[in-house]
Amino acid sequence: MKSSKAKPKKKQPAKAKSEVTIKIDGKEIKAKEGQNLVQVARENDIFIPSLCYYEHIDPPLGTCRVCMCEVNGKPAPACMQKVKDNMEVRVNTPEMEDTRKAIVEMMFAEGNHFCPACEKSGNCDLQHMGYEMGVSISRFPHLFKDRLIDFQPKRMIIEHNRCVKCHRCVEEVRTKDGKRVFSLCNRGNETVVGIDYEQEAKLTREEALAAMKLCPTGAILVRGQSMARPFGDRPFDKKSVQKEEAAKKSVVESTVKEATGKKVIATISLAGCFGCHMSMLDIDLGLIDLLEVVEFNKSPINDIKKFTRQCDIGLIEGGCCNSENVETLREFRKKCDILVAVGECSIWGGLPAMRNMIPLEECLEEAYLNSITTVPGEHIVPYHEDLPKILDKVYACNEIVKIDYFIPGCPPSPEHIWKAVKNLLWGEHYSILYSEFKYD
Amino acid sequence: MEAETLSKQRAHPELLNCLWEYQNQHGYIRDEDIEQCSRRFGVSRIELEGVISFYHFFHRRPTGQFTIYLNNSIVSEFKGFQRVREAFERETGSRFGEIDPSGVFSLFETSCIGLSDHEPAALINFHPFTNLNTLKVRQIIASLKQGVPVEELCDEVEDNIRYIPPGKRAVFFREYFPGNAITKLAGMNPEEVIEEINRSKLSGRGGAFFPTGLKWGLCRQQTARPKYIVCNADEGEPGTFKDRVLMNSMPGLALEGMAIAGYAVGASEGVFYLRAEYRWMKDKLEKEIQRLYRMGLLGKNAAGIEGFDFDIRLQLGAGSYVVGEETAMLNSMEGKRGEARVKQYYPIERGFLGKPTVVNNVETLCAAARIIELGADHFLSTGTAASPGTKLISVSGDCHLPGVYEIEYGMKVEELLKLCQADEPYYIQVSGPSGECISMADKERAISKDDLSCGGALMVFSKQRNILQILLNFANFFKEESCGICTPCRAGNFILQRKLEKVKLGLAQNSDFEDIRQWGRIMQTASRCGLGKTASNTLIKALDTFPEFFEVQSGNGLTRKFDLTKATEEYEKFKS
Ligand SMILES: Cc1cc2nc3c(=O)[nH]c(=O)nc-3n(C[C@H](O)[C@H](O)[C@H](O)COP(=O)(O)O)c2cc1C
Ligand code: SF4
Ligand code: SF4
Ligand code: SF4
Ligand code: FES
Repeated sequence: MKSSKAKPKKKQPAKAKSEVTIKIDGKEIKAKEGQNLVQVARENDIFIPSLCYYEHIDPPLGTCRVCMCEVNGKPAPACMQKVKDNMEVRVNTPEMEDTRKAIVEMMFAEGNHFCPACEKSGNCDLQHMGYEMGVSISRFPHLFKDRLIDFQPKRMIIEHNRCVKCHRCVEEVRTKDGKRVFSLCNRGNETVVGIDYEQEAKLTREEALAAMKLCPTGAILVRGQSMARPFGDRPFDKKSVQKEEAAKKSVVESTVKEATGKKVIATISLAGCFGCHMSMLDIDLGLIDLLEVVEFNKSPINDIKKFTRQCDIGLIEGGCCNSENVETLREFRKKCDILVAVGECSIWGGLPAMRNMIPLEECLEEAYLNSITTVPGEHIVPYHEDLPKILDKVYACNEIVKIDYFIPGCPPSPEHIWKAVKNLLWGEHYSILYSEFKYD
Repeated sequence: MEAETLSKQRAHPELLNCLWEYQNQHGYIRDEDIEQCSRRFGVSRIELEGVISFYHFFHRRPTGQFTIYLNNSIVSEFKGFQRVREAFERETGSRFGEIDPSGVFSLFETSCIGLSDHEPAALINFHPFTNLNTLKVRQIIASLKQGVPVEELCDEVEDNIRYIPPGKRAVFFREYFPGNAITKLAGMNPEEVIEEINRSKLSGRGGAFFPTGLKWGLCRQQTARPKYIVCNADEGEPGTFKDRVLMNSMPGLALEGMAIAGYAVGASEGVFYLRAEYRWMKDKLEKEIQRLYRMGLLGKNAAGIEGFDFDIRLQLGAGSYVVGEETAMLNSMEGKRGEARVKQYYPIERGFLGKPTVVNNVETLCAAARIIELGADHFLSTGTAASPGTKLISVSGDCHLPGVYEIEYGMKVEELLKLCQADEPYYIQVSGPSGECISMADKERAISKDDLSCGGALMVFSKQRNILQILLNFANFFKEESCGICTPCRAGNFILQRKLEKVKLGLAQNSDFEDIRQWGRIMQTASRCGLGKTASNTLIKALDTFPEFFEVQSGNGLTRKFDLTKATEEYEKFKS
């Protein structure tokens, strides 16, 4: 699929490139002068995050900026650096780690990523970067920009909600006669990657599949093609590029402290699917141990409908999609000393927020009036004073009340939830392994 | 001509002009035009769509017989933009962003059009209309409807040159005799020209202050041929209009500067990249180019120097702020989207069509021409020792004498404010939105390279103005004008703009202001080009400079002001 008129590589002068020594995070490394820094790091088992970088594109695209490192004391994108003698690179400084993480978070805030519903999940570079950097929530507000899913191409489907504008497809996907199939269109916050239907139709199925693979996200899909590998076997399922062994050593074994009196927990599912609650129950027998140190107040677990006392901690699943959710959430804020948002839906809206890009009126009409099973004239959009009122969009819990902690995941693993709760209630130390931090 | 340049995308230097022809002919670029272009240049349609959609003066849907672009910069906003906007809608029966049913008028908003000393201002079929008000709009539209040609209706743009240094010290605004600068070349070799520029300590006037002599010298050393000189006349920084005044009052000076640069670095072709907003000066500039040719100052053996051939052509932009960034400009000249390039090579190494290219600002080239004409000593005798020379400052906003001031470096802010008769100055924006804001606490600071550096704009706002409105206007500007290629700028500007909306609604807490600082810093470190690197400067600086303003804005901490009634308003429609 490469440019068909692949020009002969520029002839390098016969003299071999000289060997140079550089330092990455204090470690001395030998490399060939002029080699790409990201590449050199990879070859030496040092992980520099990257998304748009693609070995044979030269000059590198330099669009995503998730590879920011300190090069000779100054922040710079690593993929744009050719190694020179005595180059000093710092990858893992707190500042650079935070900058890279922020940029990945920006991509999540800017696009509309619903991983549980995504074909690329587990094979997705962006998702992978999120995990590697420990992105739990995006510090940025989700922008919920309405974007298209383009079903018009012959072989492909372009999911604009997921594109991070990395430019890979623009540079690399060409027809046999060298014409571009993709181009960025518009500019500023309206920038999208456009596809040429005429040229796309000329691609072979293999070329289309190669484009799907090239895309670091789930933005380019090929019709009828699903991911062949089952869950657990996908490229980014279990293996972290970071050294897990080291992490394991630092795990402190759980020791429930002698509790002084039982702590009181309340839980609720707002606009969620009860998946997070199912996950809470998934500690199986652990639940019995847990009940020795805590008691549940208002919660679907015991079906107590009304608060009977002030609680130590409240666990919220789901965001707010109607007025009743808002009232319940506000009540929780009053009745719980610590409020924790559990799961993606309560953190930023999650799957229910897929409707945030569409006006409410359109949503309701589609659901109640225009669906195939409705009879024209016989159906109405439900409205009654006893019914909760639907909000204009799905709100994250922290847009309505102050949330003290967030436990990410869809759903978060049971261990994660209870480790976090025990930490909050008794200050117990805990760490979470990469494999426990994978949710799909 | 097709050339393989940095990216694997081929260059098509004629593409922009070709698109302009279609745009002018039909009022928009039709599908068949794209088809034709695609065959002519051998590129796919989507590549053309990508280029067209990058520039906001190109349209893919029909526009009316008259296209009206109303400037929405902050100065315009404060001088009655909203009323003028409504007047245009009322009088034309059309709405902004849409075409009116009769197909006569199309209304659009646009970023600063370089007429900040005459706001509110608009371009109608690219002719300037200044100092608009409701009555004037009514008269203009009525006359247009009666068939009066736009050329007759439009305003003569005044230069508003308000101040030059006393004595004969002026560098720019003194009498201009065509050829006086170029003809000096006859007695100098290229090294001597560069030496003279070096000696004058001239540094770039486009905002980055890179030493001009050094740039020329480095380009001279390049062995690749041909070399190019580009005059950056894209003056897009809101509030800046000094280049406009230079081009309008002495169009030949920058052209001479280009020829001098060409002689110094060994280039034989110059491109004058004029922003489309200044299309009304295009004829004047082209006539001036022709005049210089007739005088023998351009072309073969230019200025009578054996073996020095130098041609200049004018390239019209198509509406994009970021194209003022030099590498984005090179892309634009090659018929591509005006995205900033990755910084693998400097333009002097590989610029236009991959060849060594010097990009200089209009004012820089004018200064260079004057230095050769008058000698570096004249230049050095003005300004301060560390920062010699004079600087053009475009002053606008709340003052009685908006216009261009040729000040000597070292002038105090206070003095300039006095000269322009500023009204109770309170918030002062230096170098446009991508520069910084200062308050009267900085009035003692000197405008110079080593104290308060100024790219060429000073916008003065009085205490009556709402700082948040200023900042939001800037945020909208950056959100629109980011080229969109790198994440921190594309997403970051959008996010900051949302944040400011939140502040405007009174929903912000102190943590929101901390977010603005931190997020802004991330944009500064990680963005690819100057736009993203500077876009958050003003915002962060404003938090430090006007803390009292933001205290009032911030909410009380823990409670979120979630408005349930408002959130359910839409649903209430279904109550029957
Ligand atoms: C976003 C952005 C916009 C710019 N706009 C302009 C401009 O309108 N005019 C200009 O001369 N330089 C502009 N520049 C600066 C140019 O990149 C470049 O530095 C300048 O043209 C070099 O000329 P000088 O050395 O004569 O200043 C801009 C830079 C950036 C980052
Ligand atoms: S592309 Fe798909 S898997 Fe990747 S982050 Fe987006 S939604 Fe998740
Ligand atoms: S579609 Fe995929 S490859 Fe293309 S720019 Fe978007 S994320 Fe990158
Ligand atoms: S900083 Fe902004 S304008 Fe510059 S390259 Fe990045 S997206 Fe484009
Ligand atoms: S990997 Fe370096 S900018 Fe994308």
